[in-house]
Amino acid sequence: MAAAPSPADVASPGSFTTIIGLEVHVQLQTATKLFCGCPTTFGAPPNTQVCPTCLGLPGSLPVMNRHAFDLAVRAALALECTIAPFTKWDRKNYFYPDLPKGYQISQFDLPFSSDGFLEVVDPKGAFSRRVGIIRVHLEEDAGKSMHDEAAGTADSRIDLNRAGTPLCEIVTQPDLRSPQEARAWLNELKLLLVYLGVSDCNMQEGSLRVDANVNLHIPRPDGSVAKTPIVEIKNMNSFRSVERALAYEAARQWEEWQATGRELGSAPKQTRGWDDPAGVTRGQRHKEESSDYRYFPEPDLVPVRVSADDLARARAAMGVPPAGLRHMLAERWSISAYDADVLVNQGRDLVAYFEELAGLVGEGKVASNWMQQDVLRTLNERGGTIDAFPVRPPALADIIGRIAAGDFDTSRGREIFAEVLASGRTVADVVSSLGIAAVDDDALDVLCRELVAANPKIVADVQGGKEQAAAGLIGQAKKKNPNVNPGKVRAKCLEIIRGL
Amino acid sequence: MPSDPLQLSAVEIVAAVRSGDLTATACTEAFLDRIARTNGTLNAFLCVDREGALARAADIDARRRAGRPLGPLAGLPVGVKDALCTADLPTTCASKMLAGYRPPYDAEVVARLRRADAVIVGKTNMDEFAMGGSNENSAFGPVANPWDTSRAPGGSSGGSAACVAADMAPVAIGSDTGGSIRQPAGLCGITGLKPTYGRVSRRGLVAFASSLDQIGPMARSAADCALTLEAIAGHDPGDSTSLTDAVPDYSRMLDKPLTGLRIGRVPEHFAAGLDPEVARGVEEAFAVFRELGATVHDVRLPHAHHGIPTYYLIAPCEASSNLARYDGAHYGYRAEPGGGHRAEPGGGHRAADGRDADATAAFESPLVEMYCRSRAEGFGPEVKRRIMLGTYALSAGYYDAYYAKALRVRRLIRQDYLDAFESVDLIGGPVSATAAFPLGEKTGDPLAMYLVDMYTVTANLAGVGGISFPCGFTAGGLPIGFQLQGPALAESLLLNATDRFQSLTDWHRRRPPLAV
Repeated sequence: MAAAPSPADVASPGSFTTIIGLEVHVQLQTATKLFCGCPTTFGAPPNTQVCPTCLGLPGSLPVMNRHAFDLAVRAALALECTIAPFTKWDRKNYFYPDLPKGYQISQFDLPFSSDGFLEVVDPKGAFSRRVGIIRVHLEEDAGKSMHDEAAGTADSRIDLNRAGTPLCEIVTQPDLRSPQEARAWLNELKLLLVYLGVSDCNMQEGSLRVDANVNLHIPRPDGSVAKTPIVEIKNMNSFRSVERALAYEAARQWEEWQATGRELGSAPKQTRGWDDPAGVTRGQRHKEESSDYRYFPEPDLVPVRVSADDLARARAAMGVPPAGLRHMLAERWSISAYDADVLVNQGRDLVAYFEELAGLVGEGKVASNWMQQDVLRTLNERGGTIDAFPVRPPALADIIGRIAAGDFDTSRGREIFAEVLASGRTVADVVSSLGIAAVDDDALDVLCRELVAANPKIVADVQGGKEQAAAGLIGQAKKKNPNVNPGKVRAKCLEIIRGL
Repeated sequence: MPSDPLQLSAVEIVAAVRSGDLTATACTEAFLDRIARTNGTLNAFLCVDREGALARAADIDARRRAGRPLGPLAGLPVGVKDALCTADLPTTCASKMLAGYRPPYDAEVVARLRRADAVIVGKTNMDEFAMGGSNENSAFGPVANPWDTSRAPGGSSGGSAACVAADMAPVAIGSDTGGSIRQPAGLCGITGLKPTYGRVSRRGLVAFASSLDQIGPMARSAADCALTLEAIAGHDPGDSTSLTDAVPDYSRMLDKPLTGLRIGRVPEHFAAGLDPEVARGVEEAFAVFRELGATVHDVRLPHAHHGIPTYYLIAPCEASSNLARYDGAHYGYRAEPGGGHRAEPGGGHRAADGRDADATAAFESPLVEMYCRSRAEGFGPEVKRRIMLGTYALSAGYYDAYYAKALRVRRLIRQDYLDAFESVDLIGGPVSATAAFPLGEKTGDPLAMYLVDMYTVTANLAGVGGISFPCGFTAGGLPIGFQLQGPALAESLLLNATDRFQSLTDWHRRRPPLAV
């Protein structure tokens, strides 16, 4: 065992690398459970979505839900994993009040997939990390224990609705190097899985759960590296919590290492729970740490074979993943990587909206600006999904097209956008009811001559070299006719003044 | 045709009910009366459903009178081993743990029996959770062998075997994990078939060792077994391990001549330990088969002698997991709080200072106490022994030495059968080393009890089918059993060969001189 470090051995504060690996459980988006026909609907009254199989009644048998398996294969393929042609089920034996059979059907030594990766790239260039996936396997969920400690009764109640729900467990290599990276990677994973239609990844409903393993690598002056004991963090209820918990834990391990010098291998892996309100991790008294799951092959299920056809079908169902879509959008519509990132991160439906809009407008950058500045902002304010957004791409393209044609300016366009959104009327309808009509060149010429004649001071300023003084004319022109195009007014006025 | 339904075969009963010569009601009443007279002596039934059976019979009679179609087992009384779930009757597995437990669904086999219009007369006694070879591990008392009520009927389907032997039902359903149909059939002088693994759905069979369990018919003859198997066999989408192969018409193939049939004889079966009277009976059976046109050849099953240790690793390992669900919380037996703790020594929950006065103090919480005591009080000693054996063998550090090695030997045993069936069509031999043994003789010696399965476990490990039937009697008047084993899905041939044997012999027609 390493002796406590002398002060000279201790590296300067902050000069360590945080090593992070994640274990993510994702609930698959199936109508029914993994081994029986019970529905998986969230929020049903307790113990109403159960049958002999998921209750673990004597004599009941599991039958695999092939759709769940196919979804899991789709996810694993998107994570660049190798899919095993032959995979089996194992029993993970442990006792828990909400585990009705006394074992969980899972996969032990022959998971259906392994050895993949998922890359996360910070759009602002802060980091780019390719995170290895050790394995992805399928298993059934347990039930839920609800501890009712009201009125000092300390009753525990069991809801088995969730028992048997299909879960995909994704285990990464310890490839992440900061809490920020971990959070960004989780966002990318969630985005991917939602894109694939594999999971809704709703953390509030327990569709996505994360445990994190973290320790520090601390370089010593002699070139060797001290490694702190690995800690597993549980109970993190949001990606923000994951980031905070990891940051807290890294700091805590740094302090602990400075105080004790304890290194990896000197103690068994510790499990700590994240206390979100307090913002700290706390050591858990965890019997499972030394638990022995006595895995053995599940005799009630037959091994699963995955054919080339199965793989082809899974690939066909995958669609373009977010990373590919970002490149595609940037290239096809000549928008920046940052813009493509913002759009793709909003989900497949928003991308479809954007592509329809950009196609109609015939130009990506303008469409992207409208998406980000107007559509997304409005969506954020109003809530709801892009599918139900009242201004459909043809209407928005109509507005953008009229702006480009010089019918009105962008701020006028925004007013029309807001009115179409509020009223549900057509763009043409709104344009005419607001009295917006294109101002023809003759009318513009007359208006500008009147303004030049009425503003000798501005004319003098412009003639004196202060062209920006013309702005005063634009304001007056808009008052006289709100439909005028400011750019045209400016150009016309300057032309008149020069000709004086 | 004799007028007494008790003397009719299942085939005859079904025909008589169909033709109207016998009503299902009269038939059912006759067997129920027989049960009422004999069950006090034999304890073969744990529960008798007089009312339900008569209602069912009346319905069948009414449908027949109305000219409506009847199922293939119409009016046939059947006893069902208490390991199969029945929605209208308790299902206890002969365990205190499940005393009074009523499942919310019928086992697939029970549902098929009902669809075939069989009349389920009751649930038969067994070794607790099917663990045992004498029926003495029942929490509700042992079954007596009808041929000598001081002797064991064998197990674990001892109630099913005894009820058929004593004419309490013409047919019973058993389950066989290591010999639990064939051995009691042999000791009770009836015919019992363990089909190929997966031939009959296990859904609703309370699991003992899932990779070995198989349900099968027990009756007086191969013909009656064939009739029953036709009704219960076949693919069940609710059992992933159930085979999709079509179910042959077993009954039609019974009388095929055995000319040219090659029967293997394993010399090791006749080594030390085999009772000479049994050995003689078995050799005489080979002679009968020769007379029927079959030829007998020596074959080797080189790893068969590893069968018992292999079985007693794999079966307890699976059992330790299958029985983890009985925790007293959801269903079944629950220990009331505050009672004296009765865990076996070494159970790990005894108070450190050995005081029992405050039993609860030895537990982490009242909940944990409930769990521990429910299992300590609900399971019998043999069940606990196997749970502990299995838990130990699966534990980290032992898995490779025990469970993983047992799986490898299991593959060798399976290969032995594949190799043997290259040169023979069936393998014949004894079912058990002795005829029925006295009650109590082996209860103090678990290892001796385990050895009663030595000729039968290998078929379960290999997943192949086997049938046992009477081939003679000892001087003391006890039946001697003969076993035939076949390749996968050879049920037709097993039933055919047994039927031909029974066409030349009348051992299967003998009835125990049961005093009631």
